[in-house]
Amino acid sequence: MNPLFAELQWLPRAPRDFADRLKAVASSTDPAGRELQALARHALNLNQLTKLAKAIDRVRSEGKSLDPLTPFRLAVLSNSTIDLIAPALAASAARHGIALEVIQPAYDQVAQEALTPDSRVNASKPDAVLLALDHRSLPLRLSPGDAEASAAVVEGAIGYLQALRNGIKANSNALCIFQTFPPPPEPLFGSLDRALPGTMRNLIDGINRELAGLVLGWGDVLLDVAALAETVGLSDWHNPQLWNMAKFSFSDELIPLYADHVARTVAAIRGKSRKVLILDLDNTVWGGVIGDDGLEGIKIAQGDATGEAHLAVQRLALELRQRGIVLAVSSKNTDEVAREPFEKHPEMLLKLEHIAVFQANWNDKATNIQAIAEELSLGLDAMVFLDDNPVERGLVRKLLPQVAVPELPEDPAWYARTLAAAGYFEAVTFASEDLKRAGFYQDNARRASLQKQAGGVDAYLASLDMTITFQPFDATGRARIVQLINKSNQYNLTTRRYTDPEVVAAENDPEVFTLQVRLADIFGDNGMISVVICRPGVVGDWEIDTWLMSCRVLGRKVEHMVLREILEHARAAGISKLSGTYKPTDRNKLVVDHYAKLGFAKVAEEESGVTRWELMVEGVEPESAPMKVVSQGFSPMKENSLR
Amino acid sequence: MDEPQIYARLAEIFNDVFDDESIAVTPELSAKDVDGWDSLTHIRLLLTVEKTFKTRFTTSEIGKLENVGDLVALIKAHV
Repeated sequence: MNPLFAELQWLPRAPRDFADRLKAVASSTDPAGRELQALARHALNLNQLTKLAKAIDRVRSEGKSLDPLTPFRLAVLSNSTIDLIAPALAASAARHGIALEVIQPAYDQVAQEALTPDSRVNASKPDAVLLALDHRSLPLRLSPGDAEASAAVVEGAIGYLQALRNGIKANSNALCIFQTFPPPPEPLFGSLDRALPGTMRNLIDGINRELAGLVLGWGDVLLDVAALAETVGLSDWHNPQLWNMAKFSFSDELIPLYADHVARTVAAIRGKSRKVLILDLDNTVWGGVIGDDGLEGIKIAQGDATGEAHLAVQRLALELRQRGIVLAVSSKNTDEVAREPFEKHPEMLLKLEHIAVFQANWNDKATNIQAIAEELSLGLDAMVFLDDNPVERGLVRKLLPQVAVPELPEDPAWYARTLAAAGYFEAVTFASEDLKRAGFYQDNARRASLQKQAGGVDAYLASLDMTITFQPFDATGRARIVQLINKSNQYNLTTRRYTDPEVVAAENDPEVFTLQVRLADIFGDNGMISVVICRPGVVGDWEIDTWLMSCRVLGRKVEHMVLREILEHARAAGISKLSGTYKPTDRNKLVVDHYAKLGFAKVAEEESGVTRWELMVEGVEPESAPMKVVSQGFSPMKENSLR
Repeated sequence: MDEPQIYARLAEIFNDVFDDESIAVTPELSAKDVDGWDSLTHIRLLLTVEKTFKTRFTTSEIGKLENVGDLVALIKAHV
């Protein structure tokens, strides 16, 4: 079995005192979440995962907090035995910052659980349902050579999956996570199986292709287990002995890998995927040491085996940047020396324009990474740090445990694959904003330097020639709205996470006031940067359920303009009072004074740090900022009453 | 590998799988003697044994196991 995948080699090995540290967590009175997550961030085998899950259960059953892990309730529907998988899921989820509660109905009750309104799964109101099904769960009748029968079988299988989805949606409205189906590795004809309709491989290919397209259209989530199984090898994935003995869908040795993939998907649903790749330079981005070997000595050319290995790292970094991952550099070098290859080496794929923050100096890397996070206004848990040097990796892991630092093998030929295998940048949706995101952060760096020159902030803001656009939630903006709701941590007053169906519900509810906000300026379009949801409270009152903003537009008085817009609609709807809540997390200290700054009066302060605020709608005139306001798409009735 | 060595390794495996240091691994020990030794833990135990001793048992070999003594004999035949 390929050890990179089967043994999760991007993760450091479990410490010798793993079991003792677990026991210490159980007996300690300290909040357990952080230590459990730290332990989970090692490559753990099935027994270790099982122990970790037990420790999580113990903490939960004693009523102790799992903070800062984010709670998530996952129901698993399967036609196979998942009793050994469920604990592995909970433990792997802790690795990705999730306190996962697994709801596991009786064996092979898939349709009953999905279709019965008060079934265990539906009654438990899960955040998501994982349909952990394999090909044995589908009505697959082989009909080699019969295209018509084959199409009917594919249609029947898809119809079955859709019926399960409809049941789950109707009965619990949970998000569905669908798995693709790994084909079994027993050929019938041989190579012809791929081409001939009605063979097992042909049917499963057809089902996988159709399912993948449908799932995204439904707004649900796809877990490509077929790709995972093919990556490790179908003959290693499928184990007939374990199926016969215990109804295991796949080899026990791959449970840790599978569980990590489920966990990273759940984390992506909750917006916990990472956003920034920080690159070391010497022996990571190129072969050799630029300070010693010079421009001619470093290895970065096609035709040189080592050079090609490092080019593969650069290519992957560039591709990640294209899909919206921000690139940064942290290198122990003199700045001019480190920049030289970017500027002068003809074979370099990475150019300075691709790097949002370039930190080349002699500080330790932890300090540099912190500086990068600050400059980008992103949390350390959004960062991945790639470095060939185990000492640097160890230092960053120790000082900044929130940063993901993949282990790398000795041979750079495997660097790119290892980074990709770790799945740090897992995404469950892809919005057009993602494409531009890397550019946004870079523009921000430019805005910051312009600000330094321009002197006065107000003059600077005016010079940006900003246009702010307000709209209610709609289908076009939905993917981005869901994304912002699930990943904004810092400028987020309540940090309430909502799934796609929940956002649709808010969008369609006439009682709920929703706002999506876009901002453009001379540097370009920032895309959607703020989301607000107000729900009816007591009569004449709007409760601000959600108010969040992207940190890349901090300091532009966007929040003032948003409040003006909310007030305008509140007046039109006959609302007399706005109520707001600040719910502290370990990430949103930034907005502790949000409501105070906007002129709200504090009416309550709870022991937990939660504060409640009110603003009377009549007679307030919040500060304005120099930007053009466009308000569109609100119902005509409201628009009339506004103008 | 001789029997005492196999028993020593098995003691570590039992401790790991059942998360219990107090289990005395004797030839007569069987599922009814240990709390939590159900069919699924049994599978996990055998998978761990296979991994530790770097071997794979056949379905019928696994089906014939009655107690730890049988397991040790099977391991001896394999390694």
